[in-house]
Amino acid sequence: MSEQLKDTRDITVTVNGKSYQEAVETRLHLADFLRLQLKLTGTHLGCEHGVCGACTILVDGEAVRSCLMLAVQANGREVTTIEGLADGEELSPIQEAFSEHHALQCGFCTSGMIMSLTAFIEENPGADEAAIREAISGNICRCTGYQSIVAAGVAVAAKQAGGS
Amino acid sequence: MKPGRFTYHDPTTIDELTGLLASLEDVKFLAGGQSLMPMLNMRFTQPDHLVDLNGIDGLAGIALNGAALEIGAMTRQATLMKSGEIAEHLPVMQAALHWVGHFQTRYRGTIGGSLCHLDPSAELPLIALLCDAELTVVGPEGERSVAMGDWPLAYMMPNLSEQEILKLISITPWGGHHGFAFEEISRRRGDFAIVGVGCQLAVENGSITKAAIAIGGADQVPYRLSEAEAALIGQPASEETFAAAGEVARQKDAMSDAYITAAYRQRLANVLTKRTLAAAAQRATGE
Repeated sequence: MSEQLKDTRDITVTVNGKSYQEAVETRLHLADFLRLQLKLTGTHLGCEHGVCGACTILVDGEAVRSCLMLAVQANGREVTTIEGLADGEELSPIQEAFSEHHALQCGFCTSGMIMSLTAFIEENPGADEAAIREAISGNICRCTGYQSIVAAGVAVAAKQAGGS
Repeated sequence: MKPGRFTYHDPTTIDELTGLLASLEDVKFLAGGQSLMPMLNMRFTQPDHLVDLNGIDGLAGIALNGAALEIGAMTRQATLMKSGEIAEHLPVMQAALHWVGHFQTRYRGTIGGSLCHLDPSAELPLIALLCDAELTVVGPEGERSVAMGDWPLAYMMPNLSEQEILKLISITPWGGHHGFAFEEISRRRGDFAIVGVGCQLAVENGSITKAAIAIGGADQVPYRLSEAEAALIGQPASEETFAAAGEVARQKDAMSDAYITAAYRQRLANVLTKRTLAAAAQRATGE
């Protein structure tokens, strides 16, 4: 395709606290923008039609499927990806719990799981096991099994509720 | 990058939108994107123009206008779930919203997008039908009003021209004390429903005085079980009465596909009609 035929826009987006000004093709979805253009490959792509949850990120604090948003729609927004959770060497509470509870095996679904649980527990501190299970019902894991992932989520939710 | 090439438009007012529509051909409208984006990614659809509705002023919001709840078409499903107005006046909608996708998709998904996509198993068209919603659409010719009963023309085909968009959903909730229920069966949490049923029921001194039943997923478009609704009036709110309504649901035409037979859908329509009526009656009588 010639460059002339490309429909592009200039966008400004904050990702993990850092501001980026980029020209994007309008048909580029947000996950591919993060991975290919910003080289933030922690966000994974499984199905690219909103079913697997691997590409879950936060846009203005809300968990969304980044394969179901266009990059151009993130103009002026604040995006958080898995790369933005840890503070230097210090893991976020959910990352820490995933480590403690062995909540990952191959790791493919992990970034989506962690982003989903980060948003969900932030909004629902003290969520019980049934709520945690429902929260990750839109994130598919095919190797670890869900028990240890649920255990990690429940542990963090209980801790957040106790601390607030 | 998966979607085919298109020209992107992001109007900020309805006037700008309608002006744009008069000059464009082969357009798709992007609302929450939770159905259209997968279709674009898989290239099931390859429009020349994509018109993003997310930046248009005044298309989102929930307001009580007299007795009617007015819901902007671009109101997010998550907003509806958290709304105090919806909780107070239209709890049956929140009961159904729990079944719409997952919390991550409900942050983006909109009520208008769901009504226009019109998937036969989708919960929100079913609820709009159950609650006799009045829809306002707008296009280059101005606004017009469509009753939800006249909205589905055929399988996934709403009563909407290519140059119109859905603007507002107006629902007048039932006055007085009544019960409601919504239930569905899907293969996994968050999956498309095989069949879903919603109902509202008013009961006085043990007899049914008002009934509405809507069924989705069973046939090509969601429908009201009007025959059973009429037959319920004056009947006792009893198991036998609800079983008779369930039998009406079972005898309606149903779809068959590679996974689910028509007979199973009919069976679910029967069982869920009985269950939701019983649950609604319990709420209506405060038992």
